[in-house]
Amino acid sequence: MQFWIIQGLNSLSLGGLLFLLSSGFSLIFGLMRLANLTHGAFFMLGTYFGATALRSYSGLNIWVTALGAGIAVAAIGGLFERLVLTRLKTNPLGQVLVTLGMSFIISDACLMLWGGDPIPVPTPRGLQSPTRVLGFVFPTYRLVLVGCAIGAAIVLYFLLERTRLGAMIRAGVDDRQMARAVGIPVSNLFTVVFCLGAGIAGAGGVLGGPILSAYPGLDADMLPLALIVVILGGIGSLLGAFIGSFIIGFIYTFGTALFPELAYVILFLPMIFVIAFRPQGLFGRVGA
Amino acid sequence: MKWIGVTLLAASFLLPPFFAGDFYINLASQILIAGVFALSLNLLVGFGGMTSLGHASYLGVAAYISALLTSRYGFGHGAAALISITGTTAMAAFFGVVALRATGLGFLMITLALSQVLWGLAYRMSDVTNGDNGIAGLTRPTPFGISLDSAVSFYWFALIVASVAFLMMTIFVSSSFGSSLKGVRDQPRRMAALGFNPWMIRWITFIYAGFWGGISGLLYVYYNKYIHPTSLSTTSSAEALLGVIAGGSGALGGPVVGAALVLLLKNYASAYVERWNMLLGLVFLFIVLVVPTGIVPGLSRLLAGLRRGPR
Repeated sequence: MQFWIIQGLNSLSLGGLLFLLSSGFSLIFGLMRLANLTHGAFFMLGTYFGATALRSYSGLNIWVTALGAGIAVAAIGGLFERLVLTRLKTNPLGQVLVTLGMSFIISDACLMLWGGDPIPVPTPRGLQSPTRVLGFVFPTYRLVLVGCAIGAAIVLYFLLERTRLGAMIRAGVDDRQMARAVGIPVSNLFTVVFCLGAGIAGAGGVLGGPILSAYPGLDADMLPLALIVVILGGIGSLLGAFIGSFIIGFIYTFGTALFPELAYVILFLPMIFVIAFRPQGLFGRVGA
Repeated sequence: MKWIGVTLLAASFLLPPFFAGDFYINLASQILIAGVFALSLNLLVGFGGMTSLGHASYLGVAAYISALLTSRYGFGHGAAALISITGTTAMAAFFGVVALRATGLGFLMITLALSQVLWGLAYRMSDVTNGDNGIAGLTRPTPFGISLDSAVSFYWFALIVASVAFLMMTIFVSSSFGSSLKGVRDQPRRMAALGFNPWMIRWITFIYAGFWGGISGLLYVYYNKYIHPTSLSTTSSAEALLGVIAGGSGALGGPVVGAALVLLLKNYASAYVERWNMLLGLVFLFIVLVVPTGIVPGLSRLLAGLRRGPR
């Protein structure tokens, strides 16, 4: 029983992390029609920033660190979008290729700066002691992480559905030409959304640090998970990213625990299933 | 003019074994292997308009099957090659069914995810694939009793296979089927209205590309006598795609030139710097931003301009 509950919680926390990663990916894809293959690298960059900051200043609060790293990664993402991606507006294939190139550059730069050994990220001091609920023992940090992801989902939902900026983003997702025609600055919106997506991924990287630790190849481990989440959930859909993240979180965690060697193959089954019967994803719109 | 070019090209492939040292002959063999791989990818990218970021799957899986069968299960090279190519082609048929549910960026993401799954499998399933250690101590086949262990004999073997591959793929794209493939790339709806089945045309091309990807995988594992999960990685797929884009996906020989450039760059660069991935990334940015149509079409446009003279 303890096994199932603990693995269940691990699944939820991985799902939460995946949501922080894939929501940005999905938003960027929805608005910009751009498969941002740098997204895993943004996540990893956040983890390394967080690891460095938290290990050098032991009194530092993890939430402040996540915010700071998120802003730093958002700035890097913004620069990349402004300097490179905007030049390739008419060349979607070129855009994907430069995001792939950028991911190689970032991951190699991380290897150069931080070396090849994994860097563990300390769990925040106040959250180290386990929580007891109904006689079961839970790692507190993982519980908090799930809460964080749900909080982020709510904030993103309100941002998209209830604010002026969100309305402009939704208009851009639905019909970019019309949005331009009614005076929405779509190009600036691209930059905002790209920064936002990169920033959430970077902050998610910090929060994932205590569970995953920072290591070379983290980007290559996370990116396919994010891809599978959005293929499963539907490209450009926030709800799809949310549900998809938790589905993949469960499948991956239980797959790794029960059939460690086949975890990757098990991941692939729901994807095939969804693609076969609902190619636009669970919550995607047709032709996304 | 055209015949001079063909003669020069033939000479550049036929002459090296007679005067070049082993290092350069081995480099030439590697270029041939990368060339076959890039050509097979270009069937998808250039002629089919399907940008795959998972083409290393076919190279890697063919290489792994052959390596496992010959080293662990005592199969002969002939049988192992046959099973490996059949298996790889069957896998391409299956992956094609999955990936071709989508087009464009969706296709790209699915191929990437599928290849990452295989890469993860090669890494994690260490009692079968030997994980990060890779499978070493493999042998080269001896077709008709001829040993391929020397650099020169392997070069001739690779050259024969590569020539057949080039010929077969040229016939494929210049056939009527190739024309319908280009039609589907440019105008899928019109082709459907004309009674063609775009999905079927794409799927057959996908399988054919997987087949030749598998052949290049066999050459790869014979050449290296070693196989490691990195040959299945995104980097490996990306290198091939960079070769195709850099050389020019529109031209038939473009991908070979591009693959050769990527390989030479990798060989020379790794002698001086450790950071191949970073360099690869920078080259990606450079190619896409500066010569987006590729080097070969760019050069031929330049040559055509020169011939017409300044205006």
